[in-house]
Amino acid sequence: MVEGLAIGACYGLFATAVVIIYKTSEVVNFAQGEMAMFSSFVAFHILSAYQYPFWLAFVITMLFSILLGILIEFLFLRPAKHPSILGMIVITLGAEMFLMGLASWKWGAEQKFFSLPLNPSVTYEPVKGMIITNWAIAVFAVTACIMLFLYIFFKFTRLGVAMRATQQNKHAAKIMGIRTERIFSFAWGFSSLIGAVAGMFFASRATLDPAFMMEPFLRAFAAAVLGGLMSIPGVIIGGALMGLIENFFGYFWPHWKPIIAFIVIILVLCLRPSGLFTKHYVKKV
Amino acid sequence: MLKVNNIETWYDLIRALHGISFEVKQGDIVTLLGSNGAGKSTILKTIMRLLYDLKEEQPEKGTIEFMGERIDRKNTDEIVRMGISYVPEGREVFPELSVLENIMMGAYTRRDRKTIKDDIDHVFDHFPILKARKDQEAGHLSGGEQQMLAIGRALMSRPKLLMLDEPSLGLSPLLTRDIFTIIRDINQKDGVTILLVEQNVNMALKYANFAFMMENGRIVRAEKPEILREDEDVKEFYLGIAKETSVKGYQRYRRKVRFR
Repeated sequence: MVEGLAIGACYGLFATAVVIIYKTSEVVNFAQGEMAMFSSFVAFHILSAYQYPFWLAFVITMLFSILLGILIEFLFLRPAKHPSILGMIVITLGAEMFLMGLASWKWGAEQKFFSLPLNPSVTYEPVKGMIITNWAIAVFAVTACIMLFLYIFFKFTRLGVAMRATQQNKHAAKIMGIRTERIFSFAWGFSSLIGAVAGMFFASRATLDPAFMMEPFLRAFAAAVLGGLMSIPGVIIGGALMGLIENFFGYFWPHWKPIIAFIVIILVLCLRPSGLFTKHYVKKV
Repeated sequence: MLKVNNIETWYDLIRALHGISFEVKQGDIVTLLGSNGAGKSTILKTIMRLLYDLKEEQPEKGTIEFMGERIDRKNTDEIVRMGISYVPEGREVFPELSVLENIMMGAYTRRDRKTIKDDIDHVFDHFPILKARKDQEAGHLSGGEQQMLAIGRALMSRPKLLMLDEPSLGLSPLLTRDIFTIIRDINQKDGVTILLVEQNVNMALKYANFAFMMENGRIVRAEKPEILREDEDVKEFYLGIAKETSVKGYQRYRRKVRFR
């Protein structure tokens, strides 16, 4: 149960990264998973090749992930002239394959072991029958911190409000003197960072290989769809639900576990395409 | 103040502006009039360089000078920083931001927090209704309130020149008059030069100091409003005071004034 929630929080965190990009540029970034994978590999590389302490490696990785996000936006998406949404999505798919290829070339396709400085076997039992691992606590703490930060950022800072403004009306944002292109790079860097954090959590649970983010990405995407692709709190709840549903199925019908994400996507899209938690805004003329 | 010299703008293969030249003098209210598709809004968009998305070299030909500096190859945000503010057609407020956040976004190019606060109060003086609605989402405002918000937002960058694209669009005659009075206030009290694009010729001629009439991407007349209001053609075409139908049933302007 708690474990499911923790995984859900991970999905939620990762889905937040997807949503930030979707909100600013209306593109579902399919390269998100691979961006996180690449950043995790960088962390792995710094840890194993240079033997740096974990926190230093963590900071370097975070910086790297921001740069990676900005670079991908700059190199792949910005040069596209007259981009249609579909075209942009295809571009992100291309970026995904590029990153995956690059990672397998550099680090090889075999599975690596990646660990956070947490001992996963340390568990707590605050209430009888409720077991919390160290990992889950870390996930909850980090997710809470990031959510709090995002809330304050989008609500009270000039840049945050400008990001929301750009998302709602790019044209008008330009007229206000907002450099919309800079906002896009910023959103990509930001989202890449959050994705990298989530990626490291996933990697420490499973193993690290160039395709390891594939499934978490799809699950997180399902969570994002469940939450409505637009609202960050909705996505976190969607992620938590996703984690619970998955764990539930994993417990009762293990065979169905990998499929459930897709069933959720399909059900949501059929029954409530705008997601569970979005308020729909219709433009007044 | 603003000098537009022989500009041409193309939408793909269609030439929307066929060499437009005009000048806006400091402190004036200048209006651009014309029927649909005459190219009025295109002029404003060209000045703001909003057609940059379509093509990098817009305008294709000609120059635009603002306060003696060329702006026809600058980015939109630089132009805003130089002191031109633009109220787009159809208001374009940020629907899910609160009214106050919308107004704050207008001051995005500024860093001086204290004076921004004063300016917000100043905007609320012009539009008291916005103060009452300041925490509402802008998408829930009525059309007139949204228009006021768009104008107030544009004032927040402390413009020297304010360009308005059809501020009367979709508003009742009464509200239109209110908006126009406020525009005149902004011009006279705050000393902001105004370039106004309007369909409501009657109103525009009442409040403007100078008018340009456009047709098919050309400026066909440049005249003081008093003269235009008495003009037979203008009466017939725009003010709806019909005289007689010509043989063809319609008539084009004789091009009395051309800058080519």
